[in-house]
Amino acid sequence: MASGDGEGEGSVSGDIDDLESLISTTDVERLKRAWRQEKAAPEIFQFEAALIQRIKEQIQLMEETVEDFAESGIDPLTVSLYQMDLDRTQFLLRSYLRIRLQKIEKYMFHILNTDELFNRLSREEKSFAERCSNDLKMHLDENILSKLPDNYQSLLKQSIISEETDMVPKPQLDTFVVCKTKYYLGHIQLEDINNGNTDDRVNQRPLEEPFEMEPNVLYFVRYKPIKKLVEGGKIDLY
Amino acid sequence: MAGQSDPHLSLFSAEEVEFMAEDEMVEIVPNMRMDPLNLLCGDYGPFFPQMVTQVPVWLAIALKKRGKCTIRPPEWMSVESLTRILESERESQDSFQVLPFHYVEISRLLIDHARDDIPDIYMVRSLVEDIRDVRFHKIETSLESFEDARSSAVRIKNLSAMEVNIVRPFVGRALQAFYKHGSPDLVPNPDKVPNRWQPAADPVQKRPLRKR
Repeated sequence: MASGDGEGEGSVSGDIDDLESLISTTDVERLKRAWRQEKAAPEIFQFEAALIQRIKEQIQLMEETVEDFAESGIDPLTVSLYQMDLDRTQFLLRSYLRIRLQKIEKYMFHILNTDELFNRLSREEKSFAERCSNDLKMHLDENILSKLPDNYQSLLKQSIISEETDMVPKPQLDTFVVCKTKYYLGHIQLEDINNGNTDDRVNQRPLEEPFEMEPNVLYFVRYKPIKKLVEGGKIDLY
Repeated sequence: MAGQSDPHLSLFSAEEVEFMAEDEMVEIVPNMRMDPLNLLCGDYGPFFPQMVTQVPVWLAIALKKRGKCTIRPPEWMSVESLTRILESERESQDSFQVLPFHYVEISRLLIDHARDDIPDIYMVRSLVEDIRDVRFHKIETSLESFEDARSSAVRIKNLSAMEVNIVRPFVGRALQAFYKHGSPDLVPNPDKVPNRWQPAADPVQKRPLRKR
């Protein structure tokens, strides 16, 4: 876990919590958490490959079971309850995959240009991102960009003098997210200490006190400073 | 407008919040026998007539709809408890009472689907509505004090899921705008407010060609 320096005194009991939740948590519960995180975060997370694999197997197994039930004349009520449970899990799975596809569609050029993000995608998502971006690129080239003056034909830049890829939509890491933690997390640095912008202007923003997060209290927090803690599973988004 | 994330990407619909609430546990009293259910989301049962057991809300409602059980409303949904909560909510202007995270959805679901299992249902319903109103009014009032939020973090203790979901778009964007523009009261000279935001930070806004 990439929790960094964000751990406080509550970490010992926290580890016991982890152990307990490891034993008692179902994969559906984990999927629900992954879905919620993915919905609430501006960025795309690491694809939960192992979890999704297990969930798919469980769904398939359950589908067969329900079919058997229906054939062997088990009480229709029981069958319908199993079916409902199956529907709920399938909804979670579809919604999880779909929200990821939406993020990929929206930020495909950014994701393709950033190894760290691209490596978070599953094999299928990678090929989707590539095909999708190729199609869009071809479409824009043919219909628009090729008809613009020479200096404005880049897909990624506004004009040839742009210093950066300023036509590429990127996730807003300054988004405020609602989050909660099970732990006591001290010393969360809310300022971007090193965001590549090291000129003296940064110092003009009044420095904030390091932020402490109490367990089980909801906060609105800017996503960027807590990004690592969210990725490390220390903070949950709501 | 300040740069913002696409609300469609990062928001939960009311139905999705309700979906999450349906996994909360509730007590039921079955009136039939049924073998244990080994569901993907967990194992429940076995069910015996008159034997109290715990199931998720969605399962309780499914059984209730078919007349197979009665639902025992949670303790906090009693008239006494709700009256107490409402009084405390009215007394303290700054803090919120501790209610289940999904109190809005659970009370709504149970009132809609298990009305005959809730004693004094009209009283319960109007108390829940009053509590929601009082709390919401408080949320709105407390939003005014966000004005001097110069922090990247705002504590919202004891807010419930539905309440969070309702204020999220507005509060999130407001805080983001505050953050972007720095703290004007701490940097009195507007000329000095640094424009440290790179153009790429908001591609939507930058569509018009920049003057060069």
